Amino acid sequence: MFLKLFYSLKVSGVPVTIREYLDMLRGLYYGLCKNNNIEDFYNFARLSLVKDEKHYDRFDLAFKSFYERNINFFTELKKKIPQEWINNELKKLFSEEMKNKIKNDKDWKEVLKEFEKIFSEQKKKHSGGNKWIGTGGTSMFGNSGYNPKGIRVGGVSKNRSAVKVWDKREFKNLDDQVSLNTRNIKVALKRLRKFARQGSEIEFDMDNTISFTSKNGGVLDVRFRAERKNKVRVLLFIDIGGSMDEHAKISEEIFSAVNSEFKSLDFFYFHNCIYENVWIDNRRRNSNLRSTDDILRQFKKDTKVIIIGDASMSPYEIVYPGGSLEHWNEKPGSYWIEKIVNNFNKVIWLNPEKKENWEYSQSTKMLKELSNHLMFELNISGIESGMKELAK
Amino acid sequence: MKKPFSSTNSYIASSQLVEAVNASTLLEKPLLVKGEPGTGKTRLAEEISVSFKTNLISWHIKSTTKAQQGLYEYDAVSRLRDSQLGSEKVHDIKNYIKKGVLWKAFSSKNKPVLLIDEIDKADIEFPNDLLQELDKMEFFVYETGETVVANQRPIVIITSNNEKDLPDAFLRRCFFHYINFPDEKTLTDIVKVHYPNIKKNLLNYALNSFLNIRETPGLKKKPSTSELIDWLKLLLADDLNSEDLLKNKNNLLPPLYGALLKNEADVEIFQKIAFMTRREN
Repeated sequence: MFLKLFYSLKVSGVPVTIREYLDMLRGLYYGLCKNNNIEDFYNFARLSLVKDEKHYDRFDLAFKSFYERNINFFTELKKKIPQEWINNELKKLFSEEMKNKIKNDKDWKEVLKEFEKIFSEQKKKHSGGNKWIGTGGTSMFGNSGYNPKGIRVGGVSKNRSAVKVWDKREFKNLDDQVSLNTRNIKVALKRLRKFARQGSEIEFDMDNTISFTSKNGGVLDVRFRAERKNKVRVLLFIDIGGSMDEHAKISEEIFSAVNSEFKSLDFFYFHNCIYENVWIDNRRRNSNLRSTDDILRQFKKDTKVIIIGDASMSPYEIVYPGGSLEHWNEKPGSYWIEKIVNNFNKVIWLNPEKKENWEYSQSTKMLKELSNHLMFELNISGIESGMKELAK
Repeated sequence: MKKPFSSTNSYIASSQLVEAVNASTLLEKPLLVKGEPGTGKTRLAEEISVSFKTNLISWHIKSTTKAQQGLYEYDAVSRLRDSQLGSEKVHDIKNYIKKGVLWKAFSSKNKPVLLIDEIDKADIEFPNDLLQELDKMEFFVYETGETVVANQRPIVIITSNNEKDLPDAFLRRCFFHYINFPDEKTLTDIVKVHYPNIKKNLLNYALNSFLNIRETPGLKKKPSTSELIDWLKLLLADDLNSEDLLKNKNNLLPPLYGALLKNEADVEIFQKIAFMTRREN
């Protein structure tokens, strides 16, 4: 029955494995949710099944549907178990005196308190006595089973408060399918840092130690190698103007995020498609041109290249000489894109346009093909997979 | 089973966190704690060790930390040097094996709390190198040929600031809890734990301005709980009374704002927004 929860988590994209599921069952077996309210179960299930806060929201949703689909089942059980079970237990547990008290309806609450106490003591010895309740059920049905509050007294519905927990969906903005905002940008920035910090270490230089020691006539001469510096170089091409205006803010934010993260970062602007020239300063775009060939010469093959652009333009701008809107280009844009892609080991394209719209735009499809299908959506998960690709 | 962990006089833990700690202690699984900076991740381990009356062994991770350092280190260089100096020590390799944090935790007499702090600072492969050790709670010392097995499984608390993703295989072995930013009531409780004698209107004023700042959109760094505590310390040290604070209303920024806003651009943004809201009123 918890398998339903497990599968609905799997379907909703939370990476859960059998190991986590077994851990959860083990916890229940050890009586972890023995206070028996569903909120405890919710917390424990989340603790054992979910390993990243960005999946909390999806967990909430899955739990909600799990709960709602099964609520009839639960209430059914609530009715079923306690009636027969508790009545029998009552007969056994309550002394004549207590029964009288109940009949007189005096101190009902006190009796119940007593009952609860005795009963919880009783339950420990009873583990497995009623299998239904003993194993899988303890957390949820057991609740209604022996917790009088759950049945009728006081009318406090614990379940309701629990439902609110996942209905609140407070982890919504941690979900990585949501597009970038200022908070999420920071997370994105950390993704970039991940690959920028690769391989910094201080190491003992064995080879040199041996050779220096032998030169030294056998007296130890320890050598260390200098710390390996972060050698990642990043080259950024940003599309500016035109249809990119609506994405200007996000590109700017990405750019400033990248800027503080890399020691070696160079960036160039282009409009719509990259041609023979790009520019360094967008405000002085006519006087400040850099030839694309120059850039290809200057940067080493292992430079990581990121192109940010929405790739939506007229296909002519890509395939025909002279297709550029702003000047006469001798060679078509596709030539330059291909040249860049072939020149560097890794080139990725980040596209602020939503992925589902890509196939409606001819130019996007073309550019995606030109960049070896390494086009990613400009959101957290897109950047993440892009960075993984770059770090390969 | 020992008394379960709960909030103490000096540390407020949410019920979820308490449950997380107790569940991972019971099932003997490492607990991975994430959350915004300043939400008390590291403090948690200290409090657990106090509450369980056991010792705390911490391992603070740096970018250069290697998993092997947590187990043991073999100091070949000093052995080589000793051999040249003709020291007697050199005949026993054990003299050159330095115990690491995990070894200490494994050989501890009572069940210790092992804190692996900021695991995400280390190299990306670091957690993978610890899988076996955390799973089986044992490791092999190649130099001496002995296997170190834990006397009892320590309570392992791992904190992460989310700078790097942790590998799936590692995550599967842990329980995970995300410390959410405390709500106003919890925040009040936390402040009261630190400053039991704080005046009510000062507390209200401080909390309001603090939450106000946190809600400002576009801040580069939101102030955290620990910064609120620091700020209150300053306010109390300056002995500002409520009149001073009321006078301050003409000012856009709260007094001693430097404790909360640690970035020029943030101060500017906050000022701008405060100015705008005032004009609207």
